[in-house]
Amino acid sequence: MKAIFNYLIFPGLLFSVVIGLMACWIDRKVTARIQWRVGPPWYQNFVDIVKLFGKETIVPQGARGAFLLSPYLGFLSVALVAAILGLGVLSPQKSFVGDLIVVLYLLIIPAAALIMGGSSSRNPLASIGASREMKLVLGYELPFILSVIAIIIRSSGAIQLGSILNHQLNFGSNIASWSGAIAFIVCLACMQAKLGLVPFDMSEADQELMAGVLIEYSGPPLAIFKLSKAVMLYVMPLFLIILFLGKDLSPLFIVGKYLLLLVIIILIKNTNPRLRIDQALKFFWGKVTLLAVIAVILAALGL
Amino acid sequence: MDLKTRALTKSIWVFHAATSPCNNCDIEVLDLFTPRHDVERFGITLVGSVRHADALIVTGVPNYKTKERLKKLYSQAPKPCLVIAIGNCACGRIMFRESYNSPCPVDEIIPVDVYIPGCPPKPEAMIAGIIKLINKLKGKE
Repeated sequence: MKAIFNYLIFPGLLFSVVIGLMACWIDRKVTARIQWRVGPPWYQNFVDIVKLFGKETIVPQGARGAFLLSPYLGFLSVALVAAILGLGVLSPQKSFVGDLIVVLYLLIIPAAALIMGGSSSRNPLASIGASREMKLVLGYELPFILSVIAIIIRSSGAIQLGSILNHQLNFGSNIASWSGAIAFIVCLACMQAKLGLVPFDMSEADQELMAGVLIEYSGPPLAIFKLSKAVMLYVMPLFLIILFLGKDLSPLFIVGKYLLLLVIIILIKNTNPRLRIDQALKFFWGKVTLLAVIAVILAALGL
Repeated sequence: MDLKTRALTKSIWVFHAATSPCNNCDIEVLDLFTPRHDVERFGITLVGSVRHADALIVTGVPNYKTKERLKKLYSQAPKPCLVIAIGNCACGRIMFRESYNSPCPVDEIIPVDVYIPGCPPKPEAMIAGIIKLINKLKGKE
């Protein structure tokens, strides 16, 4: 019963949706202010979601069943991540062994859901978007996992969120060391790609692919995709806070750190042009992976 | 007024359907999203795919080719879908009425909810038109 409450209400689905939609509003508002506009009111994203739930669902002729199921797959898995991370922050001693690996797997599923949805919608632009998303996943997963490995080495081989937090409580935040700082920079780049924001939004690319993988979605399934994006915007910075900035987790500090990461994401988004997919792959497999390997070596040396 | 309509009035996503215009109206439409007018304040955004759209912005005089495209676009949009005719051409074809390649005005192809005349209409006029549309949805005069 408690598990269901945790998954559906408090650190899980409902709570993360509310926080995520507010984060999306901060994103839109800050973007608007950067462009010298006023921006939408705070309830804008909630209204968008309610409106999308009231619209018609159109299924393109010949689309597979995966077309309607994949949004729910992605959304439910990120909600599960939100529940695991939230419980990890609230009571670190209660986290189970290996939850770090579960989180890493579950964070790939929204991208997999996008790929499935896009390629089952029988639209050429959606299939281009899906293939780009697939290449992007191949690109960023390697450095992301390498930098997580650096953190695991630093906290003496623990694959448990609770013990990573405990280690940071005793020996200081991971970001305060050389290996941690380099891994943090790598993770920032990977986070931008995982969230599908501007330097790496080539799978959705409004101007060339007309929303790419989401092009055939309308009404409730589109709303679910928007919700899972919003929850990702809550989950990814929280995951980075647990991995790198986990020394002081009092409520005020965690909100401050979250807002800091969010503003960094928004500033990167607003000051960069979109990369081509080959440039993005070169970036991730070249510089970023190199940095991640350096971080792993430094962590192994104990720096 | 139910929740659905209420939400729709506060977040109208707009798809730009250009049926062979001279691009003058299109430039003025894009003006709505610049800092001076910023219609994102009212939740209005441009979307790339017609499946996400709540309103079609139609500019220009439909000719034999774009007539079919416009009909197809309207049938592809999820309902409820509003139609906003922008510019004198879309409202009433003006000087192209006798033209050999303009078969019919926009409102004989798809139902139009609000007409915004002008060549091109000022962004303020478009905002006023959209407010009228919102009031119409709310059932007010």
